[in-house]
Amino acid sequence: MSEKFDYEKLGLKCGLEIHQQLDTHEKLFCRCPTKLRGTNDSNLEFFRYIRPTASEMGKTDLAALEQSKLNRKYIYKAYDSTCLVEYDEEPPNEIDKEALNTSLTITKLLNMQPVDQMHVMRKIVVDGSNTTGFQRTAFLASGGFLETSNGYVGMDSLCLEEESARIIEQNTDSTKYSLDRLGIPLVEIGTAPDIHSPQQARETAQLIGMLLRSTGKVKRGLGTIRQDVNISIAKGARIEIKGVQSLEQIESIVENEVERQINLIKIRDELLQKGAHVNENMYDVSEVFADTQSKIIKKALKKGKVIAGVLPGFAGFIGKEIQPGRRLGTEFSDRAKTSGVGGIFHTDELPNYGITEDEIESLCEYVDAGDNDAVVLVSDNEKRSFSAIESVIQRAKEALEGVPEETRKALPDGNNSYMRPLPGAARMYPETDVPQVEISREYFESIEMPELLSDKINRFKQEFGLNQELAEKVVQSKDLPLFEDIMRTFKYSSNINATIVARTLTGTVPELRREGVEVDSIKDEHFFQLFELVEDGKTAKEGIEEILKKLADNPELSAENAASELGLTGVDTSEIEKFVDEVIDNREEFVQEKGLDAVGPLMGVVMGEFRGKADGKQVSSILKQKIEEYLSQQ
Amino acid sequence: MDLEQGDRVQIVKNDVVYEGIVRPSNTEHIVLKMDSGYNAGIHPENAEITVVEKKETEEKTQFFKPESASTKQKSNLPKVSILSTGGTIASKIDYRTGAVTAQFSADDILETIPELSEIAEFTGNVVYNVLSENMKPEYWTELAKTVSKEIENGADGIIIAHGTDTMMYSAAALSFMIDTPVPIVFVGSQRSADRPSSDNAMNAICAATVATSDIAEVTAVMHGTTSDNYCEIHRGTQVRKMHTSRRDAFKSINSDPIGFVDYSNRKIETISDYTKRGTRKLNVREQIEPSCGLVKFTPGTSPDVLSHYIDSGYRGIVLEGTGLGHVSTDWVPEIERAVNSGIPVVVASQCLNGRVCDRVYDTGRDMLKAGAIEAEDMLPEVAHVKLMWVLGQTDDFDTAIEMLKSNISHEMTSRSLC
Repeated sequence: MSEKFDYEKLGLKCGLEIHQQLDTHEKLFCRCPTKLRGTNDSNLEFFRYIRPTASEMGKTDLAALEQSKLNRKYIYKAYDSTCLVEYDEEPPNEIDKEALNTSLTITKLLNMQPVDQMHVMRKIVVDGSNTTGFQRTAFLASGGFLETSNGYVGMDSLCLEEESARIIEQNTDSTKYSLDRLGIPLVEIGTAPDIHSPQQARETAQLIGMLLRSTGKVKRGLGTIRQDVNISIAKGARIEIKGVQSLEQIESIVENEVERQINLIKIRDELLQKGAHVNENMYDVSEVFADTQSKIIKKALKKGKVIAGVLPGFAGFIGKEIQPGRRLGTEFSDRAKTSGVGGIFHTDELPNYGITEDEIESLCEYVDAGDNDAVVLVSDNEKRSFSAIESVIQRAKEALEGVPEETRKALPDGNNSYMRPLPGAARMYPETDVPQVEISREYFESIEMPELLSDKINRFKQEFGLNQELAEKVVQSKDLPLFEDIMRTFKYSSNINATIVARTLTGTVPELRREGVEVDSIKDEHFFQLFELVEDGKTAKEGIEEILKKLADNPELSAENAASELGLTGVDTSEIEKFVDEVIDNREEFVQEKGLDAVGPLMGVVMGEFRGKADGKQVSSILKQKIEEYLSQQ
Repeated sequence: MDLEQGDRVQIVKNDVVYEGIVRPSNTEHIVLKMDSGYNAGIHPENAEITVVEKKETEEKTQFFKPESASTKQKSNLPKVSILSTGGTIASKIDYRTGAVTAQFSADDILETIPELSEIAEFTGNVVYNVLSENMKPEYWTELAKTVSKEIENGADGIIIAHGTDTMMYSAAALSFMIDTPVPIVFVGSQRSADRPSSDNAMNAICAATVATSDIAEVTAVMHGTTSDNYCEIHRGTQVRKMHTSRRDAFKSINSDPIGFVDYSNRKIETISDYTKRGTRKLNVREQIEPSCGLVKFTPGTSPDVLSHYIDSGYRGIVLEGTGLGHVSTDWVPEIERAVNSGIPVVVASQCLNGRVCDRVYDTGRDMLKAGAIEAEDMLPEVAHVKLMWVLGQTDDFDTAIEMLKSNISHEMTSRSLC
């Protein structure tokens, strides 16, 4: 594969951080189920304020930040499936053993070593997503590795922690969270920055994902796995990109970030060459726009101001593209938006938005900007506008230095946007309410390794005769455990084979779901009953879809009842035999003439009677047997 | 290997390298605080341990000093004394070591809860530092003396930071001991002060609001619900901790609270009568007789239990009876023996809610005939504290009985309203 950049030469270093929810019966620190709920099911709502103390805030803009955080109301929705532990009204219970065991399995799969004694910590989180104001998290293992086609990737750390509450609503002065998700066990896996190409990043993530799913104990579905990517190139800076949604996206995320860093460095070099610099002054240029026809500015001026900043030497640079469809101006604008404004104007894109050539001219005159200089404008309320321009000037300063270290957010198109500065060291202290957990050598060694999904695919092909596609499909399905259970039960069956089971679970059921059938109400036991019917010849495999549909609508029925209500059962062998006898009697000449070749044509007649009720194979063998008997009697 | 807390060490075990600062451990494991902030315990067996750096001579606790938070106190505000008894309303964390320390000085408290400085001018004072469960009646006397001295010195209100487990006992004791012209407010937190979700700040702010109000009573001010919406102002003799862990554990029993403090605007709404600031003159009667027993009767409990109290020299006994205030009939002779030996026997109910009435059934009537007196709608624990205080005030049996039967500080009411 030809790659867009020479990543080796660029010195690409990339590390992954993968968060995976575990599919345990109970939460990590209380005995509540790990089920997500519809917010309509909530039976309790309460609110709190979170008070970050000075020591949690660091130095940046302490006063302002403190004020905003103090006033922010966090509203929590609770359920009959949550308890006082989630409400921060009861100390945590002991750590869930099932979660610990699964984490130790993952430890082994990633070739890591656990600590001898695990200590649960409180990691300060002040956005309200944890009712406590901290996340409980424990360092479990380190020192592992995985082999990829481009070499080894170190597995640096595995932490077992509690999932945060689910955000439902964000308002100006309050945030609403749902407590169903709070406390679900989560493993956080951090790799070493050993990844050197986008392809290797994807491969590593894929491999880790496969290993995690091999445990059979991880949650599946949207939001149950989250991937963060750390990316830097030699001349760039470490960028943490949060929330990469899918494996497919990882490559373009890495590629586009490398492109961004290359372009930012190029822009820096050119800016410096042009002698660009930053002017700290901010100007109230409202009077320039007193008679403007620009609707946006007109509206803003009713209550606010137009504030400008001058960036000497930046003319032409703000419009430069740094990622497909994103310009340096987009970076400026992202920063400005953190002050609560809608966006910025800059002279590289003007005249536009109803701002005229004349206005630009008088603006430049007003702020004393020359041809090589760029002017940035924000129109909003006065305080926000000044704060936004200040952020833009700060970002422009950083453009003169290269790539600023940031936490960024993955965008669906593979680009990324500004989120916040890189966090400082995590603020942690011991969770004294949870006793430390000793992990003895014997215990760790007793943890059994699961069969890897990659091995399972091969086994299914050999043992069950599944083709590659179906084997992969069933192994990746969330019904894999059900498939294996069914296959154990029907191991020696003659009418049920793996292909039928796999097709039913990974073909029929998803198809029905697409048709809008409530397949989730079909219970596991229904599948066993259904295959039992088929195995016993009480119904035909052609009836499976119909019966499943019936069961989905009437989950209180047994498969047998469903089949019989549909008229797809009740045919026993004697009935078929009787009918076959009649058919042969009525067509004696034909049978005599054709001999055994009569089986084919007569099959249609018999199946016309029993379609969906009796298995075709069974019918055909009865027909053949009867014809043989008839012929031998002649 | 001689490792000291604070040393920076490197441990290699099972080919994995751990590096961090040695922290206290209660097992054989070496606990390291690693640079990531996490703690990890490593057993020294088969481990290769190297000291990277010995600890600095003094391991100093490092705190971030907020730059803008002003702890300068305004002088035109009411003066409030914060007395600490071991309950923590402010604490700090050293994230380098993970150590949490309680803060007692007014400056430190104001630094953590800066809003307080808008409400009053504070002085801080540690009276004693005991765990709530290690509280002793003798400490109440000391606390009462300190409170009265603060009031004499001009305090416009008193806040007592107290552990929540035994706060109700101390609050009841001070209610009996002090006639106060100013608010005396007990406050605590059900979630430790080190966490961002602690109820400490809201409780303290509401307590300060009450301490500067005209409610000149001994009160406990704690969360009213699980939300951070308002605090309830409970009378010291009517409050009980009714939940092990919830923020709103404190409830007024057999009465409404005096009122509420709305946290969002710090407005007080009162729903019960109370003594107004300045109506009473400061009067302190702090002597107590700690040798009093609170005996819970459950089915089958032998009267020997009561005999033990009588024979061990207890000066007074509260019986926590069933229902309307009953003990088994075979206890009646022992009740009589106690009363005849000059030991007052007060009967309260383990129902907590409602009034004792020993005139309804024979057993009750026999108990009264034996000399027991009814605690009315007084909580058993409050009756116990009251008994200690009454016996600290008088040696005369009849006077003691008279005092026990009369309302001293809203501990009993004559009309059952709830």
